[in-house]
Amino acid sequence: MKPEHYRLPELSLRFVAVWRRNFLVWRKLAIPSVLGNLADPLLYVIGLGFGLGMLVKEVQGVSYITFLATGIVCQSTMNSATFEALYSAYSRLATQRTWEAILNAPMSLDDIVLAELVWAASKSVMSGVAILLVICLFGLTDAWSSLWVLPIIFLIGLAFAALGLCVTALAPSYDFFMYYFTLFITPMMLASGVFFPIEQLPPAVQSVAHFLPLSHAVELVRPLLLGRTPDDILLHCAVLLGVALVGYHVALVLCRRRMIK
Amino acid sequence: MAIPREAREARRRVGVVPQNDNLDPDFTVTENLLVFGRYFGIPAATIRERIPGLLEFAGLAGRADEKISALSGGMKRRLALARALVNDPELLVLDEPTTGLDPQARHLIWERLKQLVQLGKTVLLTTHFMDEAERLANRLAIMDGGRIVAHGSPREVIAQNIEPQVVEVYGDNVADWARIEAARHALRFEISGETAFCYAVDPRGLLDSLQGRPALRYLHRPANLEDVFLKLTGRELRD
Repeated sequence: MKPEHYRLPELSLRFVAVWRRNFLVWRKLAIPSVLGNLADPLLYVIGLGFGLGMLVKEVQGVSYITFLATGIVCQSTMNSATFEALYSAYSRLATQRTWEAILNAPMSLDDIVLAELVWAASKSVMSGVAILLVICLFGLTDAWSSLWVLPIIFLIGLAFAALGLCVTALAPSYDFFMYYFTLFITPMMLASGVFFPIEQLPPAVQSVAHFLPLSHAVELVRPLLLGRTPDDILLHCAVLLGVALVGYHVALVLCRRRMIK
Repeated sequence: MAIPREAREARRRVGVVPQNDNLDPDFTVTENLLVFGRYFGIPAATIRERIPGLLEFAGLAGRADEKISALSGGMKRRLALARALVNDPELLVLDEPTTGLDPQARHLIWERLKQLVQLGKTVLLTTHFMDEAERLANRLAIMDGGRIVAHGSPREVIAQNIEPQVVEVYGDNVADWARIEAARHALRFEISGETAFCYAVDPRGLLDSLQGRPALRYLHRPANLEDVFLKLTGRELRD
């Protein structure tokens, strides 16, 4: 790796042109895309929520389905941003060589990786909004208080998009992403308080759970959707923002190493 | 311009046609041009004004709303050419622009490149087709292992690097003939499979000798760039 690969990112609004490219593609497939993003979390909410909800009446003072739905918002935001930053970004990087084409224009990798980051987060907001709408229709949360959650969802999307882009920059093929899901995303999903409170975990796992970005996401989103004020708002936001910023720079360094010889 | 410091500014004035197709498969022909123009910061209205002219130039006038998957290889290459012109560049760089194209498509690309030169643009291209280089280039360089081994106008490169006349001789036992007659009448000869390539300034001795050998067919022609290329880089496969 060369020293210039480590340069700090040069941020500019040039990324918007690349963001708009991705948006134009998405617009062509918007409805199946949103429905696809909606189906998975809904199955969890309905399946686990009603099924387990029969056994577990109340968790932290609310019905289990409410508890679960507020966690699923975070989990599906994470998934949406992760899938976009892995599979879709990898297609543009390696399969379609879209990045290569863009680099022939007056664009840098700094712009492209930033565009992918913001795009994946934007997409996670779009699917997040769809899920919030459904949750509101179910009467599981109050429509107006859930508006507060939108900027938080964007921040969660940024954090997981940044992590995903680091993996994409390292990936030799699509199969590589399986490791990331099995070793990181799935265990995190189970240990971050989406399905049950972190306090149920053994103490050793609990202490690890506090470092997981998804736990911080849940700590912010669940109270907001229940109409409460989250504790330690600044801490949770700072962790997510930190993951997004550091992740972006690491992803950029890895992409530079991969593409600039 | 100072590169890489001003690389971004330089790319604003350069168009690139890559060897590998990297058109956007999710878009139509028009959308490809529109989206690519936006990467240069060109206002959408300006790009839209340019698009019909670009499509006309690339022979894609009726295909504005076609999906990329519906285009043939030649059309894709022409669209890549149109895309490289969306920013009205001063310098156009093409990496093997006619590789894999049929003769008609190749001739169309050649004609368009000549038009661009007449418009005052600089065209820099790489090719493995020596006839293409000979036909298109004002100046060319032959590269081997990353180093320039000859350069100049096609005529200069030929004149400076190889004997002016070539007699290619084919047939059974051509090697026997060549070892005696070509060795005597040619300045240099090479045997490649069933063919003897004889290089000379004055080919009369060779041609006279061939008159008495009706079993051998031959072709007498002036030396070309391909002869130079093979002489300078060798006849072995270059993997």
